Amino acid sequence: MNRLTSTHIVYLVALVTIIAGTVLVGTTGRNFFSAGNISDILTGTSILGFIAIGQTLVILVGSLDLSVPYVISLSSLVGAGIMANQAGNILPAALLALLVSALIGLANGAVVAGLKVHGFIATLGMGLIVSGYLGSTYQGSAGQAPLAFRLIGATGIGPVPVSTLIMLACAAVVLVMLNTTRLGHAMYAVGGDAPVARMSGVRTRTPVIAAHVICSTMAGLAGLLLAARLGVGSPTIGSQGGYDLLSIAAVVLGGTLLAGGKGSLVGTLGGVLIFAMLDNIMSVLQVNPFLKDVVRGIVIVVAVAVYARRRTAQRPARFGRGPTRPGDTAPPPGPGASRQGNGPARGDGTDARNEVPA
Amino acid sequence: MSVATERAVLQQNRSPRGERVLRALRTPSGAIFVLVAVLFVAVLAANPSFGEPGSLIRFIGRTAPIAIAAIGQYFVIVSGEFDLSMGSVVTAQVIIAGNLIGQDESRTLPVLALMIVFGAFVGLVNGLVTTLLKVPSFIVTLGTMLALLGLVLFWTGGAATGNPADSFRQIGRGGIQDIPVLEVLPYPVILLAVVAGAAFWLMRRPYGRTLVAVGDNPHAAALTGAPVWWIRTRAFMLSSLAATAAGVILVGYAGVHPSVGQGYEFTAITAVVLGGVVLGGGRGWVLSAAAGAFALELLFTLLNFLGVESTWRDSVQGAIIIVAVAAASRNWQRKRRGASTQAHDEHRPIAAPTPAPGTEGGT
Repeated sequence: MNRLTSTHIVYLVALVTIIAGTVLVGTTGRNFFSAGNISDILTGTSILGFIAIGQTLVILVGSLDLSVPYVISLSSLVGAGIMANQAGNILPAALLALLVSALIGLANGAVVAGLKVHGFIATLGMGLIVSGYLGSTYQGSAGQAPLAFRLIGATGIGPVPVSTLIMLACAAVVLVMLNTTRLGHAMYAVGGDAPVARMSGVRTRTPVIAAHVICSTMAGLAGLLLAARLGVGSPTIGSQGGYDLLSIAAVVLGGTLLAGGKGSLVGTLGGVLIFAMLDNIMSVLQVNPFLKDVVRGIVIVVAVAVYARRRTAQRPARFGRGPTRPGDTAPPPGPGASRQGNGPARGDGTDARNEVPA
Repeated sequence: MSVATERAVLQQNRSPRGERVLRALRTPSGAIFVLVAVLFVAVLAANPSFGEPGSLIRFIGRTAPIAIAAIGQYFVIVSGEFDLSMGSVVTAQVIIAGNLIGQDESRTLPVLALMIVFGAFVGLVNGLVTTLLKVPSFIVTLGTMLALLGLVLFWTGGAATGNPADSFRQIGRGGIQDIPVLEVLPYPVILLAVVAGAAFWLMRRPYGRTLVAVGDNPHAAALTGAPVWWIRTRAFMLSSLAATAAGVILVGYAGVHPSVGQGYEFTAITAVVLGGVVLGGGRGWVLSAAAGAFALELLFTLLNFLGVESTWRDSVQGAIIIVAVAAASRNWQRKRRGASTQAHDEHRPIAAPTPAPGTEGGT
């Protein structure tokens, strides 16, 4: 049992969800594995998947990104606005939208790595700045995506939507980056212990900035995809979805430590899949939309509680299997140890007291 | 820590009161009071009538709910955790008050008691799941936030209606009339003063000291015999109770609406962080957190008087948070351990020139 890493457990939870889904959907007389339903679930994974991939990197380096909803909205507006229903504009519009998103990520990364502001505050502030710009510049949905672009959101190969394929391709690229490149290893190192990484000769700012840039670019991709689905850009599309907190929940559900340094992208994809299946099952069962949030909230906490005490999946070992450190999550303070600990502490205290009058 | 350093700390702590206050103002927790003063002067310059006692006390009353929420959030943040469920607790309490009290004055007290018990219960659940099941508090309170809001909206069918009795709303709106200078002393101001006083007292009690120690280093605190799980759980309960108090005031101010607590958790966290409290725990003063709330509200008032379009307010708020926290983090980095500053300040070697007699250069 102890060999099970969190990634395994995530997929076990996903398996349980599939079984529960098959039974529950079966009771309404429908088939959980019908092509339409599978396509629905996979469509549900694509948007959250993009964001969660980026969020995984940001959390791995020990930061957070709360600005994603506003980046999504901005990207959808920039993309749809420049396309203006002209098929020839698709490429420049998409590139510009991604460039704007990447610049926001660069600003996030610079504030976090350069000014040493906690990622929570830096990206919350950046999100507010972008949200102010969105609120003052756009009154409502704007722009128009041409038909060729809208097809990306609508077509699929068999039951697999194109959007999911793009998401999986991005995940594969990021996975290779994380596991084989210098940048990927540096991300784990910086997230685990930044001072140690610095003393080992790793440039600690580059991985943080890179993670933020990739995360915002992924959010920009999600925004473009939403623009393709809706046909227009919308200033509220990101914040309505609550993608910031949901993506963080998916990443943690996937077994990545919130403090950074440990985790896996594969686990994150499992977390996204669980959310998508949960949404699908509840939609099929026609659960009250408010109760959906209740179920989601409980599932997040319970699922994380299942393996919170377990070892987290670490990055693949580079130099063979190292010795496992027993009890590296919990300190081993037996009653004897704590009594030992008390002794010197009391000694220090009396020393200090003796010294004060001297 | 070398003997010479200890001596330098001692000398510092025995320096005259004025010097110590000045030094405190240079830490992030002290600088927030300077920021509040600067913003206050700026608001006065933009609109001199703001300085009249009557409008000033009403401003404090308006700020009371967010300041109380910030004080509650402070307990959780200083212990090294997050409470994202605050906004949902505020909304839930407002809707409970609206639906259960109704126009029946006699129900006010029982429902108020129920709200307090409910607030403490939510905090207890947050705390126990965080500490005993070892789920990160970010995730626990995110789950509570979703579940609580969903439950309340499901209960009311999404459109919260109901209007609690006037006597209950008076807590948020009314005040003691016929005060000499101020004309009226709003109840929220009294509540804020009581909460701030109680929090100040609590942080000087063993509980407060242990809470900060737990936030700084939970392992060390556990080794000294502190029941870390129960200390953190109580911090979560205090936070939810503060959210309850904010909800009670907001019923009077804003009425019953499902979006009344929306975003409250982020505003409270922003206020706490503006107050120089470090995310991750172990640093900061509780009254600075309340001052952070006042700084935020003064900022909004200033933007209002300057005629800035309301849509740009978010942007200005975001920029100010980043700049303030960036400045504060530089400060904390320079002086690692807050209270005893100069002794650790490499650029001002006051420890070195005065080695203790009988020691070899103080090593």
